[in-house]
Amino acid sequence: MKTLDALLSECPVFTGLDGETLELIAGCGRNVRFPAEQHLFREGEAADTFYVVRHGVITLEMRVPARRPLVIETLHDGDVVGWSWLVPPYRWAFDARAAEPTAAVALDGACLREKCREDPALGYELLQRFSQVMVERLQAARLRLLDVYGDPRAA
Amino acid sequence: MLPVLTTRRESEDTFTVELDPGDRLAFAPGQFMMLYAFGTGEAAISISGDPAEAARLVHTVRALGPTTQAICAVQPGEVVGVRGPFGRPWPVAEAEGGDVVIVAGGIGLAPLRPALLWILSRRERYERVTLLYGGRSPEQLLYGDELAAWRERDDLDVAVTVDVARSDWRGRVGVVPALVATARFDPAHTVAMVCGPEIMMRATASALSDRGVSAERIHLSLERNMQCAFGRCGHCQLGPTLLCRDGPVFPYAQIAPWMRVWEL
Repeated sequence: MKTLDALLSECPVFTGLDGETLELIAGCGRNVRFPAEQHLFREGEAADTFYVVRHGVITLEMRVPARRPLVIETLHDGDVVGWSWLVPPYRWAFDARAAEPTAAVALDGACLREKCREDPALGYELLQRFSQVMVERLQAARLRLLDVYGDPRAA
Repeated sequence: MLPVLTTRRESEDTFTVELDPGDRLAFAPGQFMMLYAFGTGEAAISISGDPAEAARLVHTVRALGPTTQAICAVQPGEVVGVRGPFGRPWPVAEAEGGDVVIVAGGIGLAPLRPALLWILSRRERYERVTLLYGGRSPEQLLYGDELAAWRERDDLDVAVTVDVARSDWRGRVGVVPALVATARFDPAHTVAMVCGPEIMMRATASALSDRGVSAERIHLSLERNMQCAFGRCGHCQLGPTLLCRDGPVFPYAQIAPWMRVWEL
């Protein structure tokens, strides 16, 4: 059975970190499993834990009045679920639900923030890596905002 | 003039029209025809059928303007005017011996379908073959039954994503260029064929470059206002090229500088 730090080393957001740093991060983590349809968290709740998907699919959803929930993104093996743990006010901005049985590593955001405060180099390293995730998702969101498959006459 | 054999609705505004070409009509994957709806006008439409099936000339058409709306409204037994085939095709022969990544966005799957069918009919000549397909919503994905059959194949990697979906959609939600990062292929020995909205193609070409695929091995199919289809009228000019004559398929290395020029 793989250790948590070994599991984390396979996730793109943590790839290339040295063993000591991975152990430090893994110290805030635990293995979790979600049955299909179980929510990891809901919009407005405290963002005190985030996840890295090992196997499975997580949907990020937004609830819209008088409509069924809209899936805004699906996350797959190796993806990070959530960055609201990193920036105040540490609250989730959407729902996250397991679309199928999913294994993940849950990481305690408060624990990791504390370690970052104690070790600014670790904080900078993690911030850089999570910024990359944020940039990729921001660019994807902008692309969708353009509605490139929509009717060009409506542009 | 060719008689209409069948029509099929693919999505709310997109139809597949099969014409009877009479004698065998040879075409290469990626080429297009000029289709004429009588009393309305003419439009350049990619051939979306199987190159091996010469008894049917297949086009998937999105009803966006008067001409394409008229083509989508034709019924079996009616006739459509045709000229062609025209244009430079996908480099399916050049891709032999290596990996192939096909990336389609929206109706961009239509001109790529002949290339995929060509490759699948000669599957042993290629290494890993991947189809990455994105659409606006599950309802707007093309070729639903065929897509399901492709996903069942063990010699074809298929990933499908949509921009947004209701919570009962079981597939991926996200943009198609993002699929490139995790697709399995050997960048140094990959030929990529990309078709879709131009912004989606730029983002996909960028993602392929990030993975290490050279710009010479990334091929895009471009669309402009094609009218004469043989390089005389100049309506489809993009920089020094005429898309109907020199394209519509171009290596990204050749066309990228002109795609970056505003309002061109």
